[in-house]
Amino acid sequence: MSELLLQVKDLAVSYHGYAGEVQSVRRVSFTVDRGETLAVVGESGCGKSVTAKTIMRLLQTPPAEIKEGSQILFDGEDVLRFDKKRLADYRGGEAAIIFQDALAALNPTMTVGNQICENLLHHSKMTKKEAMEKAVDLLRMVGIPQPERRVKQYPHEFSGGMRQRVMIAIAFACSPKLLIADEPTTALDVTIQAQIMDLIKQWQEKSGASVILITHDLGVVANIAKRIVVMYAGKIVERGDSRSIFYNPKHPYTNALLEAVPRLDLKNKQVLASIEGTPPDLINPPKGCPFSTRCKYCMEICCQEEPPVIPFEEGHEASCWLYCLEKPCEDAPFTWEGRSNDR
Amino acid sequence: MTDKVILDVSHLKKYFELGRNQVLKAVDDVSFQVREGETLGLVGESGCGKTTCGRTCLGMYNKTDGMVRYNGKDIHALKGAELFAFKKEVQMIFQDPYASLNPRMTVSDIVAEGLDVHHMVKDKAQRAERIYELLNMVGLNKEHANRFIHEFSGGQRQRIGIARALAMEPKFLVLDEPISALDVSIQAQVVNMLIRLQKEMNLTYLFIAHDLSMVKHISERVGVMYLGSMVEITGSDELYSHPLHPYTQALLSAIPIPDPDIETKRETTRVRLQGEVPSPINPPPGCKFAGRCPYATDRCRQEAPGLKDMGGGHFVACFAVEG
Repeated sequence: MSELLLQVKDLAVSYHGYAGEVQSVRRVSFTVDRGETLAVVGESGCGKSVTAKTIMRLLQTPPAEIKEGSQILFDGEDVLRFDKKRLADYRGGEAAIIFQDALAALNPTMTVGNQICENLLHHSKMTKKEAMEKAVDLLRMVGIPQPERRVKQYPHEFSGGMRQRVMIAIAFACSPKLLIADEPTTALDVTIQAQIMDLIKQWQEKSGASVILITHDLGVVANIAKRIVVMYAGKIVERGDSRSIFYNPKHPYTNALLEAVPRLDLKNKQVLASIEGTPPDLINPPKGCPFSTRCKYCMEICCQEEPPVIPFEEGHEASCWLYCLEKPCEDAPFTWEGRSNDR
Repeated sequence: MTDKVILDVSHLKKYFELGRNQVLKAVDDVSFQVREGETLGLVGESGCGKTTCGRTCLGMYNKTDGMVRYNGKDIHALKGAELFAFKKEVQMIFQDPYASLNPRMTVSDIVAEGLDVHHMVKDKAQRAERIYELLNMVGLNKEHANRFIHEFSGGQRQRIGIARALAMEPKFLVLDEPISALDVSIQAQVVNMLIRLQKEMNLTYLFIAHDLSMVKHISERVGVMYLGSMVEITGSDELYSHPLHPYTQALLSAIPIPDPDIETKRETTRVRLQGEVPSPINPPPGCKFAGRCPYATDRCRQEAPGLKDMGGGHFVACFAVEG
């Protein structure tokens, strides 16, 4: 058995809307090893959720279109070629997803017990009664008090954090090999967020599954992810292990993203390093580097040609023209040897 | 910043009657003061009453009990011309820039609505000029004036909301989660702008948010709310370096810091809260936090702790903290 669990190759997804073709994901490739946590970080509209949904084959086509040449290999099999029956086994059984908005993702007309059982009954040869007992166990495992009583309740009777726990119970039910958590804590308060992240982390350590954590908050991934992929405007701009991304970011976007967040150790009312402008329109994405319109170090070549992928140390790479020049941009305020470690 | 108190809230209560003898105590005996030119941050988790508190302070809700004084006057007793003048002087910026702007009005009409109501411009030319000036102030330009709201991104919409508030030449602004609907890179833009505007126009802010790192960044003083009560209020640096209330400590340690080394170190010392915020409907007597507090005693469950002065403007409501 190889170390590799998931391999996404040249994935491109477009949406066809009335205004034209929105190129949500533009040739994205990455891999996930068994038992590792990969974080996908980016702002809204950068294509991170579309990538997640494509891996689960949850996109509605049309309006979405998965472009020719895209490949998603799960354990060596191409997910994009799965037939209906294979897909039913794959979804929920081998790969599971947790969404941001648990209230919208759960069925309001079914008790949570039935929703957990639905998954169990499909993927194993349990009787209804056994499944219900397992559902109670699962609810207990995700930290819901009085699971025997709660299992008969409907989603609206749960609080936001509890609903997210129910979603997690459904995802955990069949011990998937891959769990995709799509902004699992964005709608939750910080104290609940900490509880949910602990829960996912503990489960992963126990089960040895792989997790793809999708988020816009770099803080959340700091001590969970082993590797981080940074997306911008449908492309991966930088990838690397978590330490190199946090302490030695190479792409100006990653750097700006890290500096735009106020930190508890910063001085009061210090001016935050903001990124001027807004993300590009993906109907007409910029010709060169996607970040060129907002980049402080934008050069002529950035607006014309796509930057090549520049490898740095082990597995750390960034797509940026700054590294192709003999002499990098002179007024670049941060040194390319590494961000100053005094913060 | 001067020592002049611009807003004085004392023992404010706001209850919502839900029928069937159920009372939702959204704000329960909250007192604080806002001084001219400063930013007071109000933080807390959802449902802690921070928004209700902000709205009651502006007279958008009637109070149940207590007193809100703006420049010495009870705002809930204002009438006629005084009320009209008060409503011009205080403005609010809302969380959701998609819901708080009328989709059927152009940007210029949204920004100028207050100008028209308060007869702040003489003629059309002056009106247009003032609109351009305001749009310019928030980083938009002339061309945006005749567009509709759906043509703008979230960050731009929030700027329009801010321009609308600034049109009234306010002295006091309540910012109710002004940035939580925005992306990280856009948040920094809006916050930088808010800080700049405050300096330029000598504004006083009541900044309501759940994001503690942002509140710490923008505020001189911070009040922490839990289930309708103020549990701690002090200078923002003091709050982050010496949090006294167990809830503040837990809240601070739950904020993720984008730094793997620090996070790994914090992992062992982290204060973990069990359970969730209880319902504010018919809450039990005593300290609101007692149910989740690791140090709770019988006394906490029976008696509500009042705010104690710990010196240096640091107030905390907890029996376990020795004064």
